[in-house]
Amino acid sequence: MANKPKLATVSLAGCFGCHMSVLDIDDRILELIELVEFDRSPINDIKEIKGRCAVGIVEGGCCNEENVHVLKHFREHCDVLISTGDCATMGGIPALRNTIPLQECLEEAYLKGPTVYNPRGKLPNDPEIPLLLDKVYPCHEVVKMDYHLPGCPPSADTLWQALVALLTGKPIALPYELIKYD
Amino acid sequence: MSAKVAFTIDGKTVQGEQGQTILQAAALASIYIPHLCAMKGLSPWGSCRVCTVLVNGRPQAACTTPVAEGAVVENDTAELKDLRSSLVEMLFVEGNHYCMFCEKSGNCELQAMAYRLGILAMRHPYMFPVRTLDASHPDVMVELNRCILCARCIRASQELDGKHVFDFVGRGSHRHIGVNAATGAGGTNLKVTDKAAEACPVGSIVKKRVGFAVPIGQRLYDSKPIGSAIESGRAAKG
Amino acid sequence: MTDNASVSRQICGNFANDKGRLMDILLGVQAQAGCVAPEALDEIAKSLSMSRVEVESAATFYAFFSGAPRGRFVIRLCNDIIDQLHGMDRIVAAFRAELGIEFGQTTPDGLFSLEYTPCIGMSDQAPALLINSTVVTKVSTDMVHEIVQTLRVSKNLEQLKLTLGDGNNSHPLVRSMVNNNLRERGAVVFAPYTPGVALQRALSEQPVELIRIVKASRLRGRGGAGFPTGMKWEFTRAAAGERKFIVCNADEGEPGTFKDRVILTEAPGLMFEGMTIAGYAIGASEGIVYLRGEYAYLLPYLEDVLAKRRAAGLLGRDILGKSGFKFDIRIQLGAGAYVCGEETALLSSCEGKAGNPKTRPPFPAQKGYLDMPTVINNVETHCAAARIVENGPTWFTSMGTKSSSGTKVFSVSGDCSRPGVYEIPFGITVEELLTHVGASDTIAVQVGGASGRMIGPSEFNRPFCFDHLATGGSVMVFGKGRDLLAISHAFMDFFVEESCGYCTPCRAGTRLLQERLGRFLTGQAESADLDYLEKTGKTVKTASRCGLGQTAANPILGTLQSFRPEYERRIKTNGSVFLPSFDPRKAVAVASSIAGRESEQFGTQKGGVKQ
Repeated sequence: MANKPKLATVSLAGCFGCHMSVLDIDDRILELIELVEFDRSPINDIKEIKGRCAVGIVEGGCCNEENVHVLKHFREHCDVLISTGDCATMGGIPALRNTIPLQECLEEAYLKGPTVYNPRGKLPNDPEIPLLLDKVYPCHEVVKMDYHLPGCPPSADTLWQALVALLTGKPIALPYELIKYD
Repeated sequence: MSAKVAFTIDGKTVQGEQGQTILQAAALASIYIPHLCAMKGLSPWGSCRVCTVLVNGRPQAACTTPVAEGAVVENDTAELKDLRSSLVEMLFVEGNHYCMFCEKSGNCELQAMAYRLGILAMRHPYMFPVRTLDASHPDVMVELNRCILCARCIRASQELDGKHVFDFVGRGSHRHIGVNAATGAGGTNLKVTDKAAEACPVGSIVKKRVGFAVPIGQRLYDSKPIGSAIESGRAAKG
Repeated sequence: MTDNASVSRQICGNFANDKGRLMDILLGVQAQAGCVAPEALDEIAKSLSMSRVEVESAATFYAFFSGAPRGRFVIRLCNDIIDQLHGMDRIVAAFRAELGIEFGQTTPDGLFSLEYTPCIGMSDQAPALLINSTVVTKVSTDMVHEIVQTLRVSKNLEQLKLTLGDGNNSHPLVRSMVNNNLRERGAVVFAPYTPGVALQRALSEQPVELIRIVKASRLRGRGGAGFPTGMKWEFTRAAAGERKFIVCNADEGEPGTFKDRVILTEAPGLMFEGMTIAGYAIGASEGIVYLRGEYAYLLPYLEDVLAKRRAAGLLGRDILGKSGFKFDIRIQLGAGAYVCGEETALLSSCEGKAGNPKTRPPFPAQKGYLDMPTVINNVETHCAAARIVENGPTWFTSMGTKSSSGTKVFSVSGDCSRPGVYEIPFGITVEELLTHVGASDTIAVQVGGASGRMIGPSEFNRPFCFDHLATGGSVMVFGKGRDLLAISHAFMDFFVEESCGYCTPCRAGTRLLQERLGRFLTGQAESADLDYLEKTGKTVKTASRCGLGQTAANPILGTLQSFRPEYERRIKTNGSVFLPSFDPRKAVAVASSIAGRESEQFGTQKGGVKQ
């Protein structure tokens, strides 16, 4: 049991859809538990990676400084990092803001947008709120990523096949049906 | 009847006819050469360069290069596959391709090409260009974020519809599809029934109110790679 | 400003509403109305019975056309690398200070616009600029002040006190401050010329005999590609077509090339004579000189030379009494597009369209201008052909080397004491040329312009000729202390700006290469970037549709080959988890300034990264 490799997962600028897809492997999750031990993950709510992890699954791209910090933390503690889902691999829906200057973006969201109700007329600026990045970055434009699994989300079968291959020391060779960008 | 021209593609002998392009002759011989800007029924164009092959060792676009007796064509090689992948990835990063909400997803030739080439992530950095969406036409949307500048709409409008609805405007990285009216596509004589409204390989020119009609799993490229029809010999029969 | 629509209508009328003359119409509208406004597009389309978007396609392709009004005086400062190395920054600062605007802007009084433009063919007298079509060379900050003051008060370009240049630059129809800097005259292009002698000799022969003579001379194209001229003529003569054309490529846009400018100034008659001979040889009666827009100041003079040749019976009907032989030449002005130097793009432009290269095959010899068989030769090639007919092929082959007979006209610029034009027989080595031009401590020579190759001292013993170092004429010399990667990056900027955008690898690939090379200059490169540059460069070279794209990666591929240590020494290896190209402090800088607080994680630009 102690010798089982560790797996960590995280959702950065994502929607947790990729994590839901992990759960979609259904009863195969029992087989997965045989193969790995979960370290930091929203599934067990561990906040920091405790030991060396064999595999890190990263959902979402980097839209703010906290995402960057966490991605760095994962890179430092995981042997293999997998960019999981379209947000991690290309920025995804959050990256729609990348063609709009940040100031304009914030003003539209909090001051000028047609549905905004903001009597104070100020941008939210609590010190607890992480600063946004100038744009949303795919993970591989921030740190080195080892594998990429596109999809919104990648299907449960995609995740399953990739994970099993990795954990059993085989190359990831996805069949045509499992490479999808939607 | 045109004169016969014999040449080889990856060692296989192909019988073409004088005046055909390598791409056309290959398709009739059930050999798929990946391509995006080439479209049956339209004049050859040669802009996407995905159909680059080696003809007697020299790189050429198969869609614009005529067949020649005795030519030795290389198509399915690891090196060309990598070159094509790099080109397809260029097309992805220079536009804004959000497959997850695009109604063309599953039926998109650019996406299908990436699937066929096994592209999991782009080697090039994303450019996130500022591009426009023209919804002024009542039945057709012109969404330039997804445009790959293949000129299929331009050619279809001129060659099949006898109109001139589209043309390129600007140069270099500013090049984009323009329409024949200062007020946008709605000001042109484009009809939803025009061939130009159907020629787009991506989700750049799409008909309104008919998107997402086919469920995921049953779309054109969900289970069969682009080029399967040619490889199964359907192009030869059709 | 004059009313765009009525001006357009009138100019279209001047050209008989011929859509083939759209370039001239757009040039006319731009000159008279100050821009090609949306209403001009509508009017031109109506007059020429074209689609509006087709007119827009051409109008938006060329740098010299603008959709919105520009200043009465458009100042285009050349930002070529040689100009950059000769104090362009100081001129930039002086203009900003004098006019209070940035480049790309127009003064509120509508008098001045500031723009950058790539090489205008004045690298031997840099920094240089254009004010409308007036050339100003060796610009100093004092001159900037004087130019602005004079134009502000007089609102008249004629009032500029410019010292006139040498030779025909002082001709009443040129009156330009450009200097020839013609340092060495050879036996072919710049030897004394008597109009009509070569033509007389040509007309005494059968056309096929002329082709034989040119073939025997082993003359190869002087534009850089080196295709045998005689073969080109033979193919075009043999091709079927109602009309045939002789085109002269005077769209000298390769950075660092200016030899055609000097030929056009000092030997245009010889060039026209070469074209006329070619017309006789292939059976063409029409010629076009495609003159780059930057050389518009030479147009009145060249038109005058043509008029005099017509009067002397050297052009027109029954030339030199040869019954039935007619030939005439028109000059097509370009409008700021390097790609139009590519022969098929040049033809598109002559036809009045956007300067997109055409699909080949068919080649111009089969289907060229207006789909008719066409010979396209460089300015220098036409001159050489005339001389060969005059003096015989043996005379020509006695100069140069076996593969490259005759002389070559070089344009030399950069770090040397005698920049200018040199006509020297082929076969001269780089080393020898460097001595001619007064260069010392040379660390690199760019042969053939941006699309050519940068070589280091280990290759200076190689000769200029088609088998070794081929060049259209551009030789840029870089001395000690120059940053070779920064120079290559400037060349990539040029290609990004000048790609027509037709094909994927050139349109997108040049930008990707430019960005990746930039990482080496800003300390953001990792070793994997070397591989990226190599592979992507090769993709652009292999897959591009025309010569522009096929050579656009050369600044990178060439330096990777000859100056790899320049790259290697700039690779960042600091052991950070972040990719060198990702700077978290930069990424949060905008938000930090909006929020008015520092980054929790990464500090600020000043504060440094918290570990």
